[in-house]
Amino acid sequence: MSRIRDTFLELERSGECAFIAYMMAGDPDPSLTPPIATAIARYADVIELGIPFSDPIADGKTIQTASERALKAGMRPDKIFELIAAIRKETDIPIVVMSYYNPILHFGIERFMKRLAEGGDGIIIPDLPIEEADDVVWYAKENGIDTIFLIAPTTPEERIEQICAYSSGFVYLVSLLGVTGARETISGVVKTLIKSVVEKRQDIPPAVGFGISKPEHVQEIVKSGAKGVIVGSAIVELIAKHKAKPEVLIPALEEFCAALKAATRR
Amino acid sequence: MHIGEYPKAGKFGEYGGQFVPEVLMHALKELEDAYLLYGKDEQFKEELDFYLRTFAGRPTPLYFCARLSELLGTKLYLKREDLVHGGAHKLNNTIGQALLAKRMGKRRIIAETGAGQHGLATAIAGASFGLKTEIYMGEEDIERQRLNVFRMRLLGAEVHPVGSGSRTLKDAINEAIRDWVTNVQDTHYLLGSVVGPHPYPMMVRDFQRVIGIETKEQILETERRLPDALVACVGGGSNSIGLFYDFLDDEEVALYGVEAGGEGISSSRHSATLYAGTKGVLHGTYSYLLQDEDGQILPTHSIAPGLDYSGVGPEHAFLKDMGRVTYDIVTDREALHAFELLCKYEGILPALESAHAVAYVARLVEVEEIGSDDVVVVCLSGRGDKDVEIIERALHEQNP
Repeated sequence: MSRIRDTFLELERSGECAFIAYMMAGDPDPSLTPPIATAIARYADVIELGIPFSDPIADGKTIQTASERALKAGMRPDKIFELIAAIRKETDIPIVVMSYYNPILHFGIERFMKRLAEGGDGIIIPDLPIEEADDVVWYAKENGIDTIFLIAPTTPEERIEQICAYSSGFVYLVSLLGVTGARETISGVVKTLIKSVVEKRQDIPPAVGFGISKPEHVQEIVKSGAKGVIVGSAIVELIAKHKAKPEVLIPALEEFCAALKAATRR
Repeated sequence: MHIGEYPKAGKFGEYGGQFVPEVLMHALKELEDAYLLYGKDEQFKEELDFYLRTFAGRPTPLYFCARLSELLGTKLYLKREDLVHGGAHKLNNTIGQALLAKRMGKRRIIAETGAGQHGLATAIAGASFGLKTEIYMGEEDIERQRLNVFRMRLLGAEVHPVGSGSRTLKDAINEAIRDWVTNVQDTHYLLGSVVGPHPYPMMVRDFQRVIGIETKEQILETERRLPDALVACVGGGSNSIGLFYDFLDDEEVALYGVEAGGEGISSSRHSATLYAGTKGVLHGTYSYLLQDEDGQILPTHSIAPGLDYSGVGPEHAFLKDMGRVTYDIVTDREALHAFELLCKYEGILPALESAHAVAYVARLVEVEEIGSDDVVVVCLSGRGDKDVEIIERALHEQNP
């Protein structure tokens, strides 16, 4: 059925938390996206591919600059499908696309979901609240794409349930008030949030993202009862650091992702 | 539904809505609830009115331009929003929102600014109501509107330069949203135009309606009839919607919104969102935008920093589609010429933004849309002191 759902079920059975790794598609260059994604996929359980956008309001400096690099390197929304196809040849893990709403809207929601279904599994749109999401959910469902919505520390209790009802695959818990970006510590609010979602809905696994950058953070999140943990900016920073030297980048990424994955084992 | 009754469920027809990160959804709900509550509250309305009269200097005059009318061949009136404290219509909105922020228990206000007029008006409101004020402004705008940056700092506001993207208003809004996402619990985002997610387009319009309400009273008193045309510049669209709103039902009044044509539409260096844009989502709202074939937002240009924006208010998108307002463009060069005319014939130094509207009156006469007996009201949304450096440079380039 759903590749994402199966992955979470399987990990649950083996007592692990899902390690979801984010990278910006096209950063530093579209040609490097398949090898980078493949390296990450050796350790990650789910891969999340960002589509660059000119005005990423939910992102901190790290992902903003990655977005700018990718756009400069010629990354375009329709190229994401070629890249997914190339990555699909190398790995079976679920591929989730994260994009701001306007590029998808402009491409055509139905057309986007159809193409995404060729090798992708889910969609995250950080500036699309459930109130505006009926078309996206409809066409995603029609094409077997999971829709992952976000829950924030400011989301009222009754709304958490509504968001879960709109979500499939997993639900994305934002660990803090703020934009994406590596932080030194994990905020305390996330524990209450995890508890609240787990109590309300047994059927949809909560994965936690924003600010998580170290294996210790991952362990902390795992202990709080989350079913998945999302690391983005820390990976993007590593890619930025070694962007000129793929021969250094790939082993460095593998080492980092191996450590993050190891921390998800309970 | 009748044209002035929108938004309905946060939308103007298909336009508007709330396309923001989940973190902000609760804050928008709180803001809407507070606005709907206090917007009807007599005490709130009295307080707002008090500050508008005694602090902002309202009502502003409706001035008949005798010399310019003769030159152009029409009866031209200016709604003098340039005389509002701070030098632009922006204070109408910032006083309203600052009062609301206080009622909501917020201690800090943040704002974006392009030309610096909204930043300045926010700094003024922040200082007078004792709210900590921080302003986001693109680096390019900081360079070309230094006077306003200095003023904001004198008024105790912190000005944060924004160096990302095109380094103008669009990027300042991005940064303000990021700040709000982070500090949403104690901070009110004092958005300066009828853009952004619901309830901003409605709320800012309502605070700016005073322009049109006063204009109607004043013109009926002096001319004993409604005007034939209203003209206002459109960047995000707050002064124009403020002037137009109470005339929407008066079908005999033609409404013209003037966008920045920059160096001409074919140059792609312009900010003509409604005139040349396509539909999409930017900064939380569905409206017309300047975007490329991938839905990436395009950089814009205008000699008037306050018009230099790739989006536009959703109610304008709606009014365009309904055909109630005609949206057209005026180039940098035409605006400069109008600026000089207003200086030399009327002794008024207009903001470059407002000069676009004045320039369009000349066009309307030229194409015989309006004649010598027709009454035209232009919203002179701001004064031009802030623009003297840009103007000096531009005039020098024209006649080196």
